[in-house]
Amino acid sequence: MAKPKLGVWKFASCDGCQLSLLDCEDELLAVVGEVEIAYFLEASRAVVKGPYDVSVVEGSITTPHDAERIRQARKASKFLVAIGACATAGGIQALRNFKDVKEFTRIVYARPEYISTLEQSTPISDHVPVDLELRGCPINKYQLLEALNALLNGRKPNVPPYSVCIECKRRGTVCVMVADGTPCLGPVTQAGCGAICPAYRRGCYGCFGPMDTPNTASLSAWWSKLGVSEEGLVRAFRGFNAYAEAFRKESVAHEK
Amino acid sequence: MRNRTIKVEALARVEGEGGLYVKMRGDTVVDVKLRIYEPPRFFEAFLRGRDFREPPDITARICGICPIAYQMSSAQAMERVCGVKVEGPVRALRRLIYCGEWIESHALHVYLLHAPDFLGYESAIHLAQDHPDIVKRALELKKIGNELMILLGGREIHPINVRVGGFYSVPTRKDLEPFVEKLKWAREASLETVRLVATFPFPDFEQDYEFVALRHPDEYAITEGRLVSNKGLDIDISEYDEHFIEEHVQHANALHSRLKERGAYFVGPLARYSLNFDKLSPLAQQAAREAGLGPVCRNPFQSIIVRSVETVYACDEALRIIEKYEMPDKPALEVRPRAGTGFGCTEAPRGILYHRYTIDIDGIILDAKIVPPTSQNQKTIEDDVDHFVRENITLPDDKLTWLCEQAIRNYDPCISCATHFLRLHIERE
Repeated sequence: MAKPKLGVWKFASCDGCQLSLLDCEDELLAVVGEVEIAYFLEASRAVVKGPYDVSVVEGSITTPHDAERIRQARKASKFLVAIGACATAGGIQALRNFKDVKEFTRIVYARPEYISTLEQSTPISDHVPVDLELRGCPINKYQLLEALNALLNGRKPNVPPYSVCIECKRRGTVCVMVADGTPCLGPVTQAGCGAICPAYRRGCYGCFGPMDTPNTASLSAWWSKLGVSEEGLVRAFRGFNAYAEAFRKESVAHEK
Repeated sequence: MRNRTIKVEALARVEGEGGLYVKMRGDTVVDVKLRIYEPPRFFEAFLRGRDFREPPDITARICGICPIAYQMSSAQAMERVCGVKVEGPVRALRRLIYCGEWIESHALHVYLLHAPDFLGYESAIHLAQDHPDIVKRALELKKIGNELMILLGGREIHPINVRVGGFYSVPTRKDLEPFVEKLKWAREASLETVRLVATFPFPDFEQDYEFVALRHPDEYAITEGRLVSNKGLDIDISEYDEHFIEEHVQHANALHSRLKERGAYFVGPLARYSLNFDKLSPLAQQAAREAGLGPVCRNPFQSIIVRSVETVYACDEALRIIEKYEMPDKPALEVRPRAGTGFGCTEAPRGILYHRYTIDIDGIILDAKIVPPTSQNQKTIEDDVDHFVRENITLPDDKLTWLCEQAIRNYDPCISCATHFLRLHIERE
């Protein structure tokens, strides 16, 4: 039987999430034993034509050209997985969504007329149907392996929807908010990273975006008690997942 | 007169998106454009209004391959504004995590992105079918670099433990101990790598570049130094804007950087090596000599050897740092905001990465400027392709196209960085 064909697509992003696949040093050769890497420009100049059984998509949509390209990618793919904060929430570049992009272009580029860009940076699901989303900035490579494994074996991927707090408890990390008074986004942020920041004695800064039904208002009240200003709250929710609905609403609520 | 064009729509084995367009008329090259269509992400714009402690986390997201470079340049720029200097073991740990990034990034480029060109494979995955041992060694070497970043940074991509003033947590001597054996293996593997890549066939292609890199009196410069060149530049990093200028060209979403007085210049491993050979460890120097290199290397195709020599150095240096390490009393210095402008410049795996920030008394960012290595090399890459095509114009299109791609990959261009780049399109009229 022919091996399933894997495509890896990049839109506006830092390359980090697709690098996660190459960072699977112990598993990479096993993965390429099970799938045909049919389209993965960062790794290979050989391009095999679609359709692709699984497409992994990194990056957000920020240009008219990319808005068209993602439709082509969708058409060529049976199962489409959006990976990372850019592909699932618009990424850090979605900070433009709160401002005037024309002004942004003028700040960075001397000849704004050369630049073709959309007003907003938007997730893949705003443009085409997405079959699975993996969060994170960057994604957790083991979640990607789990997703590929599940797809190849026809089962549902195990991607936990609970908060980072659960991961701290399982890891045995003392709560940085309770013990040190360090503001932490862990209670409202989806698990997946392994609760790295609190283990290094810093507060979570929300790489995996909002968990299912987060109580962001309550967390903001706690942050205020710890001395964080309204501007500080806006910045905290306006990170790599700024345009994810729950974080977006909370940041807007604290804007003057 | 026969017209030809060579087009590579989407360059492979580079980080980010770009293409190449070469237009020829008969035996002359009419036009070379490195097209950067990686979408703009406007970091310098949205950094305005952010807190001065945020750039190490935010700017890391410019590049998944060299986040430490962004974290170090931005953290040091902020420390300079605020009048703080990180010294002693915390400074050593910064150099150590940077060594991890060099090992990981160089192993990625040497084996997974560049070596397949010399060995005639489309990718390292194809290479692995015939030479599994080479690819396994590559992955193991890369992994050790990543593990060093995980220990010191929390994770390999976008580490979480670097902050303005130092780190959130620092390792104990015992945490670092397991790395001694790993790094000794990695150093041997890097020496093997130098021996392997030295046997590759290299085109006879030397250019009179202006090399620009950091130089430090006591060490092979990574995290700090003066900016020097082989053509007379010798400045403090705060004088960068007086000597370098960024231009916006129509075919690229990345700004082209050039020296105001002399134009195109070259940053990255070849520049560092050629300006700082005397600062390499004896083992790295010996490995370079055995590979047939002199103290200066002007052939960009041999950058794969230089990258491998730097990997030997990074392992050597990491071992030296671990041996001398004493855990600091505090993981970070306290940094209070102070109004002013600060500069940071460090040696990312691909070359100098310059940051400049202006902040107010409350630590809010008023202005930011970031110049990544690839935008500094763009002009030189275009010049190289131009010269290379001129010298090899009789080659058939498919061969010429692959060699042009290779001429670009010599620079390990990071387009994600430069746009803050590549499609190949050769056109013969």
